[in-house]
Amino acid sequence: MVPFVARVRARRRETRDTWTLAIDAGGLKFQPGQFNMLYAFGIGEIPVSVSGDPDAPGPLIHTVRAVGAVSDAITRLKPGAALGLRGPYGTSWPVAESRGNDVVVVAGGLGLAPLRPAIYRLLAERSRYGRIAVLYGTRSPADILFPREIETWRRQRNVEIEVTVDHADRIWLGHVGVVTKLIGRATFDPDHTVALICGPEIMMRFTATALKAAGVAPERVYLSLERNMKCAVGQCGHCQFGPTLLCRDGAVMRYDRVQPLLTVREL
Amino acid sequence: MVPSMSAVPHSVLTSDGLDALLDVLRRQGFRVLGPTVRDRTIVYDDIVSLADLPRGWTDEQDGGHYRLTRRDDDALFGYAVGPHSWKKFLHAPTQRLWRAERTAEGMRVLPEPQSTERLALIGVRACELQAIAIQDRVLLGGAYADPQYRARREDNFIVAVNCANPGGTCFCASMNTGPKAASGYDLALTEIIGEGEHRFVVEVGSEAGRTVFDELSHRDATQAEIAAADAISAGAAAQMGRAMPEADEVPELLRRNLNHPRWDEVAERCLTCGNCTMVCPTCFCITVEDVTSLDGATAERVRHWDSCFTMDFSYLHGGSVRASPRSRYRQWMTHKLSTWWDQFGTSGCVGCGRCITWCPVGIDITEEVAAIRGDAAAASSGG
Amino acid sequence: MEVRGLDRLICEHPFFAGSAPEHCELIGGCARNVRFDAGQYLFREGEPADEFFLIRHGRVALEMMAPGRGPLRFLTVNAGEIVGESWLVPPYRWIFDAQALELTRAVSIDARCLRQKAEENHDFGYEMMKRFMAMLVERLHAAQLQMLDVYGSDA
Repeated sequence: MVPFVARVRARRRETRDTWTLAIDAGGLKFQPGQFNMLYAFGIGEIPVSVSGDPDAPGPLIHTVRAVGAVSDAITRLKPGAALGLRGPYGTSWPVAESRGNDVVVVAGGLGLAPLRPAIYRLLAERSRYGRIAVLYGTRSPADILFPREIETWRRQRNVEIEVTVDHADRIWLGHVGVVTKLIGRATFDPDHTVALICGPEIMMRFTATALKAAGVAPERVYLSLERNMKCAVGQCGHCQFGPTLLCRDGAVMRYDRVQPLLTVREL
Repeated sequence: MVPSMSAVPHSVLTSDGLDALLDVLRRQGFRVLGPTVRDRTIVYDDIVSLADLPRGWTDEQDGGHYRLTRRDDDALFGYAVGPHSWKKFLHAPTQRLWRAERTAEGMRVLPEPQSTERLALIGVRACELQAIAIQDRVLLGGAYADPQYRARREDNFIVAVNCANPGGTCFCASMNTGPKAASGYDLALTEIIGEGEHRFVVEVGSEAGRTVFDELSHRDATQAEIAAADAISAGAAAQMGRAMPEADEVPELLRRNLNHPRWDEVAERCLTCGNCTMVCPTCFCITVEDVTSLDGATAERVRHWDSCFTMDFSYLHGGSVRASPRSRYRQWMTHKLSTWWDQFGTSGCVGCGRCITWCPVGIDITEEVAAIRGDAAAASSGG
Repeated sequence: MEVRGLDRLICEHPFFAGSAPEHCELIGGCARNVRFDAGQYLFREGEPADEFFLIRHGRVALEMMAPGRGPLRFLTVNAGEIVGESWLVPPYRWIFDAQALELTRAVSIDARCLRQKAEENHDFGYEMMKRFMAMLVERLHAAQLQMLDVYGSDA
């Protein structure tokens, strides 16, 4: 549980409350979907998914939303600042295992960040997959994460990208409505599709239900869950979700295994 | 569960021999820990000689009830278990993990050195041996071994005691964890008092145990003494204060009944005080605290025992996932008896009864299971 | 000529998929092709709701005008979907604006005509009600999820 000292290389503001840090971590490798524990001196530690390209050399990319004391401190770190880091922990998105299938990626809000490493990998070996669709829903146009990157993916023309917001602004010309509405627009063969979902738990629940209604079997759908985390190594008990320990059996979990747990109130 | 007439050679130690054992261990550099009376309770603490042991005391236990009463003999181990368990020494209640210092370049992290103490545990019950094995599995058996726990567990010398007087809340027999110590000890003693003699039938459980034992004067046990020891264990097994109904079926029973109305019922009694988690010998949950010096130059991370009954335990996104007492009690009980199997491959409960004794309102985990079972049985028979 | 073509368009539209051909014919008798350029309004708040639209190509935004804040857009509707529910119940008035965001082709169905045919033929009317009810329930659910604001920082 001892972190090593890493250094912020660059910092970029993404939205009103979200920043991306590029962190020199000695070349630490990770799989898409995994997370690190980031420590702000004297304040505390939080789990943050890695949001960069798993196959690119260079610093680790972490996108952090400032919602509490620790995340606030971490998002304020300037280039050159030191922070503690340990990891990577957790399970990963089944990218390689999905070869030969259509892939539907559904992201909600900040959920696009833990999915981005999977998207990079899918695009890097594009020919090994069938159709790929990235469906992204967020609160408003100002909350859209990685807008330039989304345009880059859109221009590549080998992947279907759809973005929707719950609340439009004056100049938004795109879709307005709940993210599940985009599922009907995507082209995929439900029997040979793998779906990756990440976002607020409510959003993941209703998206998984909508995918099931569209014919994608629960064993082919993966979610990334979240619970309170202290040690990240299966010894503090905080991240328990029924029979699972999310730091060890998750955060990425197969929907058919967690579906009965998701409906138990206050599990 | 109570093997009799085993082929393991049995020896006999007198009381003086036991005193000498404590001496040998101390001279060998062990910190000797054992039972002693304090605050009208039998607790675990440093002991020096037999004089520190709870001679002539026994414990009267029931839901929310613990009293020490005088025996009419001089038994040294004539009680069940008190509020302490050995996790107090092995899985430290407070443990600094590392310190950090600000430097010109940023910061430096200094891991906490491990304990070098060698611990000798005297008077460990069969249920406690099982509890230690369970914590070993959690803290050492996964992908990451806890270095602090490992250092404290290293080189332990364990003197187990086979229970003669199980308590009113004991149910190790139905949990298959006692009352006779089966493994995990260096020496196991069965105390025999009678006919003016006070002696211990000893089984050696390890090489280390053999080495230490050979330094003491002892003799072979007679067949009668072995029989007496077996009878004590058999008697203890028949004297349990409680029983876990159909222990094998409990994990599945709870898995299927996460919305049983009994959870609402127990929630009306449970104070969420967390006593059960403090006294339970297998509860291992911890939290971490980050502390800085006033000048902000140094920081440290300290680990403390935590309890799933606290409101903060499941804090996420501005609130707790488990806000209601109902959900927190359910979490504790289903983890202990059901999901522990999924997470670690064993039960989390050893049937020691501490949670029943030390619950201020006397909630009884065996009674809760029976209530859920009872209704389940009634439902399946259409009643 | 146009009527037969419309019957087919109606039966092919996802909203009426699986309808009996004679029902499509009934609906077709109330239908006409329409087209809106980008920026054109299909209808405005307060106007009589006397038609609804099967969107065939393009995209329509549903919005309400707020003084000082401009149009507040709460939903976009795409090809394969329907625009307009207020024609189903009195007082038959639109409660929001619908604006084409791009060139949009649709089939407009005369509401009074369709309501009349449903009154005359209850089997047909019941089929229509079932179909519209399913769409309304789905819209309601989607609107509720949108209202929950799940992406807020305390979601």
